[in-house]
Parts: sequence; structure tokens; C-alpha cells
Amino acid sequence: MLTTPLNEEHVSLGATFTDFGGWNMPVRYGSDLDEHHAVRKSAGLFDISHMGELRVVGPEATKFLDSILVSDISKLSIGQAKYTIICSKDGGIIDDLIVYKMDTEDYLIVANASNRHAVLVAMQDMADYGFKVDIFDETEDWALVAIQGPKAKDILGKLVDTDLSQLKYYSIAKANLAGVPVLLARTGYTGEDGFEIYIPVLESASIWRKLLAAGGDDLLPCGLAARDTLRLEAGMPLYGHELDRTLTPFEANLGRIVAFDKGEFNSKTELLKVSGQKLETKLFGLRGEGKRAARADYEIFLPGGETSIGKITSGVLSPTLGYPIAMAYLKADLDLTPGSKLEADVRGTRVPYEIVKLPFYKAER
Amino acid sequence: MANPENLQYTKEHEWVLVAGDVATVGITQYAADALGEIVYVDLPKPGSSTSYMKICGEIESTKSVGELYAPMDGEVIESNSALGNAPEAINQDPYGAGWLIKIKYTQLPELLTAAEYAALTGEK
Repeated sequence: MLTTPLNEEHVSLGATFTDFGGWNMPVRYGSDLDEHHAVRKSAGLFDISHMGELRVVGPEATKFLDSILVSDISKLSIGQAKYTIICSKDGGIIDDLIVYKMDTEDYLIVANASNRHAVLVAMQDMADYGFKVDIFDETEDWALVAIQGPKAKDILGKLVDTDLSQLKYYSIAKANLAGVPVLLARTGYTGEDGFEIYIPVLESASIWRKLLAAGGDDLLPCGLAARDTLRLEAGMPLYGHELDRTLTPFEANLGRIVAFDKGEFNSKTELLKVSGQKLETKLFGLRGEGKRAARADYEIFLPGGETSIGKITSGVLSPTLGYPIAMAYLKADLDLTPGSKLEADVRGTRVPYEIVKLPFYKAER
Repeated sequence: MANPENLQYTKEHEWVLVAGDVATVGITQYAADALGEIVYVDLPKPGSSTSYMKICGEIESTKSVGELYAPMDGEVIESNSALGNAPEAINQDPYGAGWLIKIKYTQLPELLTAAEYAALTGEK
């Protein structure tokens, strides 16, 4: 199993570990609920070095990415970030990605740990058509740390030489953090304001400690358990749950990021077909009552119904909201709208759920 | 985390405190830690009967659902109602405030000592 450059730090902080995408990752350090609340109310620090960093450079880097990603990459300006998707030719989602435009023909692409190799293979296959582009896997050159929450900016501000208010949401810049050159992105996976920091491996442990020291009582190290409940409240999809190869961006409510007007790309023909058809299933947000949460793979029914209308992909008792929340793929032809009543089968018992708008939680900005 | 010497244990990570014909049952610190932060418990109601190693309740954390196995045959005489509003007591004080149920048992099975249970969980 792979370990991140911060593994020793997690061990000394008493973390519990799990295998995630082939990496030994901290699940929690103490209470995952405390970690969750810290991010909502103050700030949390995450090691997400398992994420894949791919670098695409060369005179045709933009043209190349436009041929394989669903978004219009030519519209990005230097320093801008974009949430996008890479599909296979049949329209199935290979991964969801963040693309950072670092320079004119230089892009940093962040992939999910478990899909890093699939994304690399898909890109190399496309590059073989003769694009003037080089693709590098830089995953093990970087430690990636996320500082998230309403106090993230103030804590990070103590250690950097740049004015963080100049760094807009979904942008990236070079900066010095405690004297170390890093890449600083205003992105995250929690629904809060925050930053993701790309740190050279050798310096990463000392930066991790300096961040924790600068945050003091306002900053908790947070594990993957809190990361999952935070992203779910924020209505953000997780590959393997809300996204996979059998789905296109349209079922996943991500049709808006597909740029059909940008010219040809690998999945255009199939995605155009899907966008013109009625969908069979679609991703919905659901909320329950009480404290008993329906979880991934539990079946959903119309009230009293005998036939399942779909399955939950992620479900949890929301720590912030206090009631169960879930995302589910449900039949798209049932006129389900916010307020529609449903039932979930929770290990043999039917419990009431209803459709709600996503996200479940939105931070005040 | 030391398992109290005065308690007995099951392979399903429960502890049992026997006093007369009543056994108090909870889950061990090891089990509570493995589950993570507990957010909901579903315990058998007083008056319901229990059968040895049959599922009689559920313990949910943010990440997973754990099943509670009845450590013995008998009848539930009390369940810890304080856990309804404060299930985190199971994480914080599994051998005290985090107790789950009291069973008036009809037959006491063979249980593990603290040392035997520690060996099971790989603790020294």
C-alpha cells in the first residue's frame, strides 16, 4: 500500500488509517464529528496527497485537453481552475478532475487516487493520435494538503507572502509558504472557503506542522471520514458512488459542464445523443427524518411501493443539519420534485425520505 | 486501552458485567474505536427476549453500521435510554455511561476474560 509523505505525522497524531484507492490514509485523528464541525465553524487540515497530479505540457496542450475533456479548456486564463470530466468514447465517466492552467501550454490536472492510472492511459491513448504534448505523472513529487473552513484564510495568511484576498475562488498561484515555494489553489471538497496547497515532498512535513501550529485551537487535522460527510453535505459527487463508467455527465446533473460548442472531442457524438434523449435515471438529493440514515446501496421506493425506483449512492446522518441526507439515482420519469415523498428500505424497515434540492448545505460567503 | 479486569467479553466485542441474575452489556473500547463516532443506536425494548449470538440491535457511526449480538439467552429488562440523545457516550465511556442493555439471563454462556479478549484483538 502507498503512503503519503505525511504518514509519520498522522501516526504521531494518533490517526486511525484505512486503505483508500491503494493509499494508507487517515480516517480520523480523534472524533470525526469534531473534525467535521471544525471545518464548518473554524478550520480543518487534510492530507490529500493520494490525489493524482498529472502534468500536461507542450505546444498543443490546450488542443489536446479540449479533445479529451468535456469542458472548453481554451477559455481558461492562466491561473484559473476548472472542474471538469474525462469521458470515454462511449460517454461514460472515467473521472472527475480539476484542471489548473499554470501557463500558456502547461496544465496541472488533479485526478482521484483510484483513477489516476485510468486517466493516464486514456490521455496517452489520445496523445498517440499525434498531439505535440507531454504527459507526466507528478503524483509522488507533491504532497497535497487542504486547509478548509471559515478561518482557513486567516491561518494560512500568517505563513504566506501573498495577499490571499487576491486569490479568487477556483484559481491557483505560486506562493512562498514559510519560505517554501508552493502552489496555492483556492479550491476544496468541503463546501467551505479554503485552499489546496501543493508542496514539494521534502518540505511537506515541516509545512504540515507549521500550519497546525499557526492554527492552534482553531485548526484540527481531519481525516477522510470528515472529508466524506463534508462533501456529501455540500452535494459534491464522489467517484465510485455518484460517478462511474456506466454514467454520463447528464445523469449526474453535470450536463452544464459539457461544452458542445467547442468543436470535436472524443465523447461528443455519444454525449450529444444522450443530451437529446430522455434520461432513464438521474441523481437526486434526499432528506430523511430522525437519526437513522439510509446508506449507499439501500433501495428507494415510492410510498408503499413494491418496486424499487433506484438506489442510494451516498447517505449519512448529516452532522451539520442533524437529519439524514442522501444522494440517489432514481428513475427520471416519475416527476420527482423537491417535496416528493419517498421511502428508503433501511435494513428491512421502510423509513420516510423526501426529495430536496442539492446542495444540502451551503456556506455563507 | 485496557479492558477492565472485572468484566467478561465476547468475540463480538461486547463486554458483560454479571451481578446476580442480571447482566449489563456494552461494546468494548476496541469496537467503539473501530466504528468511529457513534451517532445512533437501536436497542431492543425492555421485555423483548434475546437469543445467544442473535442480532438484537444496531449501532451506527457516521461511516458504518455495527450489529449488536445478544451475548446470552434471556429477557431485556432495561435499555440505556440516555443514549438516544447522547450516543457519543459509547465512544467516551464505553464501560460506564455507554452501557447498552441489561439482560435477565436464563443461561450464561462461556465468556472471555479480559486477557483472552485482549489476545483476540491483538493487544498486549
